[in-house]
Amino acid sequence: MKDMVKKSLAEIKEDIAAGRVSSVEVTEAVLESIKEQEDLGAYVTVCAERAMEEARAADKAVAEGKSAPLLGVPIAVKDNICTEGVRTTCASKFLENYIPPYDAFVVKKLKAAGAVIVGKANMDEFAMGSTSEFSAYKVVKNAVDPTRVPGGSSGGSAVAVASYQAYASLGSDTGGSIRQPASFNGVVGLKPTYSAVSRNGLVAFASSLDQIGPIARNVADCRTVYDVIKGHDAGDSTSYAGDLDKGADFTSLKGRKIGVAKEFFPAALNATIRAALEKAIKFYEDNGAEIVETSIGSFDMALACYYILSSAEATSNLSRYDGIKYGRRAEGCKTLDEIYYKSRTEFFGAEVKRRIMLGNFVLSSGYYDAFYLRASKARTLIKKDFDNALAGCDALICPTAPTTAYKLGSNAGDTTAAYLGDVFTVPVNIAGLPALSVNCGYDGDGLPIGMQLIGKPYCEKTLLSLAEIYEKGGERV
Amino acid sequence: MSEYIATIGLEVHCELKTETKLFCSCRNVFGAAPNTNTCPVCAGHPGVLPVINRKAVEYTVRAGCAIGCEISRFSKWDRKNYFYPDLPKAWQTSQYDLPLCIGGSVTFDVNGEEKTVRLNRIHLEEDAGKLVHSGNCTTVDYNRCGVPLMECVTEPDMHSADEAVAFLEELASIFRYSGVSDCRMQEGSIRADVNLSLSRPGEPLGTRTETKNLNSFRSVRRAIEAEIKRQTEVLESGGKVVQETRHFDDNTGTGYGMRSKEDAQDYRYFPEPDLMPVVLSDADIERIKADLPELKRARRKRYVSELGLSDYDASQLTSEPEIADLFDGAVKAGANAKKAANYVMSEIMRKGKTAGEDGIAIGVTSVQLAELLSLVDKGEINLVSSRDVLDKMWLNPNESAAKAVDELGLRQNNDAGEIEKLVREIIAANPGPANDFRNGNEKVLSFFVGQLMKATKGKTNPKIAGELIRRLLSE
Repeated sequence: MKDMVKKSLAEIKEDIAAGRVSSVEVTEAVLESIKEQEDLGAYVTVCAERAMEEARAADKAVAEGKSAPLLGVPIAVKDNICTEGVRTTCASKFLENYIPPYDAFVVKKLKAAGAVIVGKANMDEFAMGSTSEFSAYKVVKNAVDPTRVPGGSSGGSAVAVASYQAYASLGSDTGGSIRQPASFNGVVGLKPTYSAVSRNGLVAFASSLDQIGPIARNVADCRTVYDVIKGHDAGDSTSYAGDLDKGADFTSLKGRKIGVAKEFFPAALNATIRAALEKAIKFYEDNGAEIVETSIGSFDMALACYYILSSAEATSNLSRYDGIKYGRRAEGCKTLDEIYYKSRTEFFGAEVKRRIMLGNFVLSSGYYDAFYLRASKARTLIKKDFDNALAGCDALICPTAPTTAYKLGSNAGDTTAAYLGDVFTVPVNIAGLPALSVNCGYDGDGLPIGMQLIGKPYCEKTLLSLAEIYEKGGERV
Repeated sequence: MSEYIATIGLEVHCELKTETKLFCSCRNVFGAAPNTNTCPVCAGHPGVLPVINRKAVEYTVRAGCAIGCEISRFSKWDRKNYFYPDLPKAWQTSQYDLPLCIGGSVTFDVNGEEKTVRLNRIHLEEDAGKLVHSGNCTTVDYNRCGVPLMECVTEPDMHSADEAVAFLEELASIFRYSGVSDCRMQEGSIRADVNLSLSRPGEPLGTRTETKNLNSFRSVRRAIEAEIKRQTEVLESGGKVVQETRHFDDNTGTGYGMRSKEDAQDYRYFPEPDLMPVVLSDADIERIKADLPELKRARRKRYVSELGLSDYDASQLTSEPEIADLFDGAVKAGANAKKAANYVMSEIMRKGKTAGEDGIAIGVTSVQLAELLSLVDKGEINLVSSRDVLDKMWLNPNESAAKAVDELGLRQNNDAGEIEKLVREIIAANPGPANDFRNGNEKVLSFFVGQLMKATKGKTNPKIAGELIRRLLSE
């Protein structure tokens, strides 16, 4: 692995802009790093040729004196974000052969910013899972300890960044899929406010919860990528057309208030993680921030609410994979029903099937009121609780996940154990708020611990500032 | 035993004539080659998102205003989930519990009586594609996917095929007058589902069946008649009508069951998370209402009461909005109402009717028509040559009637002095017939008129000519 791949995005961007290194050299180095670490399973598809073309174009632009926020910098894109001409599989057998005819809005933004897209990052199939073991192609391994899970569903995006196979990446977060793998691999992941980044071209899992966001090795790089991809898109009806920068850039914690909601620190919380968080909270307090106690009374409802709403939307969103139009079709089908049954049986993995069945159940006639409708009401309550809690502070602080990265295969027989791992992240998606995960220490096995900062709508700047101050001065466990 | 009464409710699907589809920028056109009028959005590719066509919302609201519906200030979208190859997303974006328009009613005449049918709602939804079967192979054409459809649901207020068809005709006319749909049956732009049950007077309604997707007024009539007959036979023989969805085969004239209530699909409706609710202000609705043109029934009444036309003429002139607009425009531009009515009904409708097609093609503007009628009125041209002028102006809105008359050289010679000179010459050249007239033979007058017309190539005002010849022969 060449040293240059270990530089930060900001550094390599400077080097390329100043002509100290070419994008072609950087891209080659990154492609080499990808090859060396193939066994980590970070990528589904590596676009070596295209990347080199983009790198040459970037070098030409540099030579012409042009500049752009990501000019010549190799970036990874999660494989559920459409890339024109490059297959987008969602780590599913169903879309093994699917080549989108269009670029996602964020991919257009990346290209316009001069980024070199090196590959499509591996993930849990259709973003359903929190270990990236549900990829139909290969398991993703943790960048810190390859015997452990990298988290998910954006496991490939986090591992690619943590193991120097890209300077930054895009992930998607429906219930924690950016923050939890960022936490497990010791990198920074931002889930923006719902509607701050266009979902146009993001293959839908749960439309009302999905958000695309950046993963990077430090806060500043995360901010750079976020600034590139955010923005209104008339092609996404839920995209926000107002001011996306309601937060503030600051370097002093004076006058800042950080909320601690007791529900995020249950009695059974892992002691090492609690200690790491307490230390981080103390850092903020020692440096001038006021710590306020608050509460999210509806916290207990969030997990059930999430699995009902997300599965309901998923069941509908995934119905288009029917073996008729694109993607794969099972062989030897004699009737229409056989095409549906055989294709969906053969090409969807177990976890996806489980969610489809769950979603169909909660939407079915006679059960809708008891499940979907009640979950929708719970959602309103949860939003309100967060609004109230955030009214008195700049951000809430809590663990990103209740555990550090666990051993591969350890959840094999117990799906609810994995679902419980989302307990601190899903409430944020339900409330549509921005949240960021940044490393705040390591456990006894040397595994990264993540802390989560949850902010007010469109106050990503505030979260990034709080995280950056901590990153520069915070003492680790 | 007493006669059964049929109770009928309709669900009418009507394509809106917006320029683009409901959720993407593909053109809303009929007849393109299969799968050429599609994009990733309407073909249901992974990752695509819908963007609502505001015009389609406006058209639906306009239709609702025309029918006296209550317009929802807040309305939302829902997904109706089911698998079928013509539905690429595997859900139809529709409106489930909060439609755009609620209530309203349509009043029309059926067999000489006035009848009112209440509407339950009008909502907006997207059309699906089309399966094309050939041999043992089925292909799908997605061109029609995403075409905006209004679904109008009536209350069960109809009791016969006559009423149902008269209602549909009136509804189609309202939509055509409102400019929201062409309601062309053969292009499938208006289709109906028939809900029908039988009961004896005073008894509760019987079990209903739903006959789906009838795409002509004729099949609606035939399907209703066949279903009344079938249900009567079932009941008469002591059987029970089964609640089911039925299909009507236009070729055989019979219906058959497709699926019973037990097999009914569970559409698992839920709110569409990819679209924002539609919020309309009072001002939005007032603006749309203000744009609404005068509808057929109102115009027909006005033609009789204000313009003094016969009811028959009024109904002819209002048969299509294009004709009524032409007529109104001509009257507004100064034409005499009765003369304009006669001319429109004879000349324009003859020319505008294209055999076998719905609707009519109008090739002149109301200003052109008024001008033409004024030229006839002033005696500048006669009725026969007005047809040539009409031909010349047809589909040529920049051509003025006066200019066309001159270009065709059709202007009548009304110069009495010049005509007198010609007549004197003709009399001088035909002393025999002139003497016959003087001896009392009136018939030779037409000989002299004919000679004059020949000499002037038909451009002499025949009234002036006749009088002049008589006077000069009598000198």
